[in-house]
Amino acid sequence: MNNSTENLQKEIIRSSGVNPKKCMRCGKCSATCPAYDEMEYHPHQFVYMVENGDIQPLLESKSLFQCLTCFACIERCPRGVEPAKLVEAVRLAVIRKQGANHLKADDIPALLDEDMPQQAIVSALRKYSK
Amino acid sequence: MKVSYFPGCTLKTKAKQLDKYTRKSAEVLDITLEEIENWQCCGGVFTTARDEIATKLSSVRALSEAAKKDQILVSVCSACHNVIKQTNNAMQTDDEFNFRVNQYIDEEYNGEAKVMHFLELLRDEVGFDKVAEKVKKSLEGKKVAAYYGCLLLRPSSVMQMDDPENPTIIEDLISALGGEPVIYPYRNECCGGYIALENPESAKARSNKVTDSAAKSGAEIIVTACPLCKYNLEKNGSEIPVVYFTELLAEALGVKEEN
Repeated sequence: MNNSTENLQKEIIRSSGVNPKKCMRCGKCSATCPAYDEMEYHPHQFVYMVENGDIQPLLESKSLFQCLTCFACIERCPRGVEPAKLVEAVRLAVIRKQGANHLKADDIPALLDEDMPQQAIVSALRKYSK
Repeated sequence: MKVSYFPGCTLKTKAKQLDKYTRKSAEVLDITLEEIENWQCCGGVFTTARDEIATKLSSVRALSEAAKKDQILVSVCSACHNVIKQTNNAMQTDDEFNFRVNQYIDEEYNGEAKVMHFLELLRDEVGFDKVAEKVKKSLEGKKVAAYYGCLLLRPSSVMQMDDPENPTIIEDLISALGGEPVIYPYRNECCGGYIALENPESAKARSNKVTDSAAKSGAEIIVTACPLCKYNLEKNGSEIPVVYFTELLAEALGVKEEN
């Protein structure tokens, strides 16, 4: 692990408040994840990849934007690891960079239909953009 | 009883019915909903990162207003309630977060407010038995499926509304109104939420599981507290109608206007 990867790993662990070492690799987080099929890296993989400092593939993965923030993995983890908090911290490490917003305000009108509630828009912006 | 009320952005726009029937029902139940002055959007989802400060300030300001008046802070939108309650919990339990938030607000706030969803207010402050006494038009014979989704129940260590896997609060309300609650497997699984914006197919797959499960279990109608759940379930072709729980409540209390 080089210096910048080590700093990024520390930052993700600090910002998320998650201790990936508590994971016992049971896979229940991924088994209960409603976005599993859409993800390239699944919740349990986020946990061990952050633990091992294998973070670069996560930074580049579309999985970051598939998490639904449904808190199922947080609720159902038997060890209280709370994988979604790691997904969030990695996503923030990406979108906090200048110009790295995943969703831009100008993109939104084309994605709307007349029934879509404001809640969908504000939630997506909060998750995908800074 | 007078409480502070945080309606939220969607209740002023696409989910006006959720707001309207909450207010009408509250009136019958002798609850005064005092809308927080100058409230701002909660942001829709709680950002779990401990160093996200600015995104949580609107919730803190609403909480602080309610605490100053010594009132319970009540929301009826699942998302607003989730964000506000998780923010309050962070103010109580995370000293570093609390310190940083307090640099941005005028008066010190340390998580003093009591936060309740309107459902909890009905159960714990009014009492479902008292609600039942005010029923004018029983929902007798109506098979109602409660859809909890994610945000009312999880994370249960913070939300503390009900058993996160086997909840009963909405079913108990349905029973109090004379209806027949239908228990079905997907009532606390995600509808897809905001993924509807970028990947509607994914939201469709999630939502269909919920509505198929409710319909197969014999439900005639689904109730929810969340505008985005309602949108996703309806948009993706639910066989049975999806309404806000407050609409059934207002109907049973005899204050639902006929359109």
